Amino acid sequence: MSAKLYWIARHSVAIALSVAFLAPVVFIVLTSLMSSNQALTSDFWPRTWHPGNYADVFRRTAMPRYLLNTIVYAGLATLFMLASSVPAAYALAKLRWRGRGVVFVLIICMMMLPPQVVTVPLYLMWARYHLTGTLWPLIVPMLFGDAFSIFLMRQFLLTIPEEYLDAARVDGCGEWRVLLRVVAPMARPGIAAAALFQFFYAWNDYYGPLLYTSENEQNWTLSLGLASFRSLHHVEWNLVTAATVLTMAPIVVVFFFAQKAFVQGVTLTGVKG
Amino acid sequence: MVAPTVRLADRRVTRRSAAPARRSRIRHTLTVLSFMAPAVIGLAVFLLYPLASAVYFSFTKFDLISTPHWVGLSNYRAMAHDPTLRKAAVNTLYLVVVMVPARIAAAIGSALLLTRFKRGGGFYRTLFYLPALAPPVAATLAFVFLFKPGTGPVNTMLRSVGIQGPLWFNDPGWAKPSLVLLGLWGVGDIMIIFLAALLDVPQMYYEAAELDGANAWQRFRYVTWASISPVITFVAITGVIQTLQYFTQAAVAASVASGQATTGGGISSTFGYPLGSTFTYPLWLYMVGFRYNALGYANALAVVLFVVAFAATAVLLRRTFRGETTR
Repeated sequence: MSAKLYWIARHSVAIALSVAFLAPVVFIVLTSLMSSNQALTSDFWPRTWHPGNYADVFRRTAMPRYLLNTIVYAGLATLFMLASSVPAAYALAKLRWRGRGVVFVLIICMMMLPPQVVTVPLYLMWARYHLTGTLWPLIVPMLFGDAFSIFLMRQFLLTIPEEYLDAARVDGCGEWRVLLRVVAPMARPGIAAAALFQFFYAWNDYYGPLLYTSENEQNWTLSLGLASFRSLHHVEWNLVTAATVLTMAPIVVVFFFAQKAFVQGVTLTGVKG
Repeated sequence: MVAPTVRLADRRVTRRSAAPARRSRIRHTLTVLSFMAPAVIGLAVFLLYPLASAVYFSFTKFDLISTPHWVGLSNYRAMAHDPTLRKAAVNTLYLVVVMVPARIAAAIGSALLLTRFKRGGGFYRTLFYLPALAPPVAATLAFVFLFKPGTGPVNTMLRSVGIQGPLWFNDPGWAKPSLVLLGLWGVGDIMIIFLAALLDVPQMYYEAAELDGANAWQRFRYVTWASISPVITFVAITGVIQTLQYFTQAAVAASVASGQATTGGGISSTFGYPLGSTFTYPLWLYMVGFRYNALGYANALAVVLFVVAFAATAVLLRRTFRGETTR
């Protein structure tokens, strides 16, 4: 009897919490399907359904352009990060060399550094190359290693037993071959987690695009567009909420496809850190 | 930065050692360089160089047109008499003191709940975690809509049970608590970390405690808490560092709740709405630098932010390295 009560109690608490976590999204989705007049009322449920709001967002606003910019930013940032950070993580986890400790401490410092600290000098640097107003100041640095990704993948690579690497070395593989043929396939979950984090970081980034492109609407991302959306279409909450849903949706879809790698990645950052 | 030390070391050794050993050492150095060179350049160009120039600029006065001229400590002295800075620092401190512990408590609570499920745990875990993924701008917009004073769903529901809800994001006294609620909604990221730590606690510790007659509270205090306390330290420190950077949610909530037309560069005109209650330290840094173009002063603010964040990082690093030597 008491076991049954306990079962009911913990499921009730869990269901109550689930409702609290889900309710904001449900309200937003419902409002995004209302007429623009009803969206101004305190109604929860659409009287008439207007899925056309989503088409309106694409037709009447610059959302398609923001979406394209966001995909370019997030996509290139992720590819560049992988090209530069996978080898660095390998050298930090699996190769012995003088200065490795110092470099690792610097990587942690860079990971922990609030971006605002170096904002002004970096802005002036990019201004010298006339790249302010574009997203390149956010993409190019990814060619030179992303501190968080390096840290995350290094932690993952540490868990791969040395024996596999030594076996490949005995067979005459150079270090690059060891990385590409032996380690990378085994480290796929860690690499996937780092790539997802990087993609989501860029997709969600607001501070970076605001800093570099706020004067040039041509290069705005979804985050910037969405933040200004309300002021441009200020009474149309149905469109604002539709745009909000459209910004969230790709993240949710990607998450469901890659849930396992993602959760593993989050865990790795905290526990082994 | 790394390369010179490696080469120096090689030269020292090679004078005494045979040619083949030297060649293999050089080859090893080149191999390491081929892996590390981009990241080392990145550290120099995107960490050390801007840090050094921020420190230098903080002793100067200039804007985007003029060149820096040395003013000594006057930027730092000005900080002592800057009422906006005081307001921003107090708001940031509020978020550090209230939001970080609240998020940790909520994360531990929900993670403990999840450990009680043999089946269905994964389903609840996904639901609890999902909001943490929402883009901050979208999540903030959603919350401002939800907590709209007049017709928002939250106040509508409160009204239906006879409570007159506050003005939330439009009330100087409620704006920061509203931001804390937004932070609690996205608590899933640290919840996952605690969940993993809790599942790592060996079951036999609990059994031993039970055999010794420990009650539920004692089991929590001496087994659970003792086992996850390193993780709590880690999450608390990274939480403080993240909260020192708190920018997006404060900027977007203020801009959307104020309802004023602001686009792009003009966004800073609504910073802190209502009545400066959401005005954080990074918002002031951004405004000083990019609205008022007082780049010297902005760098002084940046250096102070760096010192605080670095102190927190140093605590974390010491812990990490202590952990690594014992491993």
